[in-house]
Amino acid sequence: MTDGNPGQLTVAITRDTTLDWMNRFAAEMSEHRQELVALDTAIGDGDHGTNMNRGMTKAIERLGAAEQPDVGAVLKTVAMALVSTVGGAAGPLYGTLFLQMGNALAGQETVDLATYAGAWRKGLEGVQARGKAQPQDKTMVDALIPAVDALEGASDLDGGLRAAAQAAQEGMTATTPLVARKGRASYLGERSAGHQDPGATSTYYLFESAVEAFAG
Amino acid sequence: MKKLINAPDAVLQDELHGIEAAHGDRVRVSYDPAYIVRIDAPVQGKVGIISGGGSGHEPMHGGYVGPGMLDAACPGEVFTSPTPDQMIEATKAVNGGAGVVHVVKNYTGDVMNFDMAAEMGRGEDIEVETVLTNDDVAVEDSLYTAGRRGVGVTVLVEKICGGAAEDRKSLKEVADLGRRVNANGRSMGMALTPCITPASGNPSFELGDDEVEIGIGIHGEPGRFREKIGPASQIAERLMTPILEDLPFNSGDRVLAFVNGMGGTPLIELYIMYNEVAKIAQERGLTIERNLIGNYITSLEMQGCSITLLKLDDEMVRYWDAPVNTPALRWGV
Repeated sequence: MTDGNPGQLTVAITRDTTLDWMNRFAAEMSEHRQELVALDTAIGDGDHGTNMNRGMTKAIERLGAAEQPDVGAVLKTVAMALVSTVGGAAGPLYGTLFLQMGNALAGQETVDLATYAGAWRKGLEGVQARGKAQPQDKTMVDALIPAVDALEGASDLDGGLRAAAQAAQEGMTATTPLVARKGRASYLGERSAGHQDPGATSTYYLFESAVEAFAG
Repeated sequence: MKKLINAPDAVLQDELHGIEAAHGDRVRVSYDPAYIVRIDAPVQGKVGIISGGGSGHEPMHGGYVGPGMLDAACPGEVFTSPTPDQMIEATKAVNGGAGVVHVVKNYTGDVMNFDMAAEMGRGEDIEVETVLTNDDVAVEDSLYTAGRRGVGVTVLVEKICGGAAEDRKSLKEVADLGRRVNANGRSMGMALTPCITPASGNPSFELGDDEVEIGIGIHGEPGRFREKIGPASQIAERLMTPILEDLPFNSGDRVLAFVNGMGGTPLIELYIMYNEVAKIAQERGLTIERNLIGNYITSLEMQGCSITLLKLDDEMVRYWDAPVNTPALRWGV
């Protein structure tokens, strides 16, 4: 709950605010569908925005269809919806991210900064194990790593979320000059440079939605 | 964008209904999760073979479901890998007690989804062997790329493994044969025009009226280079040289030559290309013992072609010639 003091706007991470986070992320995927399609058309196969929008639409449908007892349950429901509806590389990668986070937060009704950051770390490790991407490969990992680092280095949730979103944005922007070494963009070799990575972009929106949902 | 569709979001479902309407006597269609399966599956005692991948490459893979080839196919959205739940259900549907082969084209999404299916499917007590196809010489194979793409050889793997499975070869024998076909096959493609996915509505890349893209992938991924269009003989040379040098193919080798259309190329042009391929093969001392010419692994309405050469051995020839009865490939029945 907000207490009304400037700089102290943090909303607790609970089941309800996590649902709000997912609703906001779904809205971002719908709103930015064409942007993600355009980014993916430049260096991939042009389906990222469409697939993420389809997956998050299904996730919100499933969240509404069954009682979600805790934070972990919300994230696991999203994970399974993405795995079974997105396809491509984004389905297994985002599915693994949310599944690992959901497992880390299983049974939790309220989550503090350290626990939340720890769940992101597990999610990041899962994504890297699944996709084998390293930093600078021009993937979602380039937004995830600095954002998770920022969360872990923060002293309060509000500041941590804002720092994470900013770090994700910087990581996303920094993918532009990189030559892709993973995924379909890697087939382009040098020609993949000069384009922002669509996966890093959707990851930035995930952190941006977290600020909106949890930091008021 | 002009396409014969009802709505971009309905493309896959509408196509599946069409397949069921046309071929319901021999295949069954599951809509959720989406897969196409032989009507007599599971065939007891036979190794089951499934494949899957994004749609837009028709007739691959759904058109190859039937006796002598695939037991099931899992179609994804256009150019998007299918999902693990499809693969798990299809695997269960075709398991006749002898195990199941997954034929997977080497794309990041396909590989990850089939991996997840294998992990999530553990506990179903079905033995699964994966055959990965990665025959596209246009892509540099290194630690710093996603590796070579699976293209034309996939059709040959599915046919030859299908023949071996009908002959009641074991799971390991079928999978090893599939891996041998992949290891001895090389492909390269080219495009005269881009293609348009229904979801994006825009061309996948820009190509001048007088330009061709050499080394194109089946999702419109740009290739090695582009150049001004030349005669068919020159284009055949551009594709055949990297293929021949890569394996390498040597004088005296017996080969299967597969000239594939990307979807929008008329057969007349594919035969012109085949003639050029045959001339080059003859110059190099290769014997073309079998051939396949037509649109078998496509890229929507893209104009262009790919060439696949497979170095044959007796077992491959035997199972290539074996009867096959699918909507898209049919002989010996």
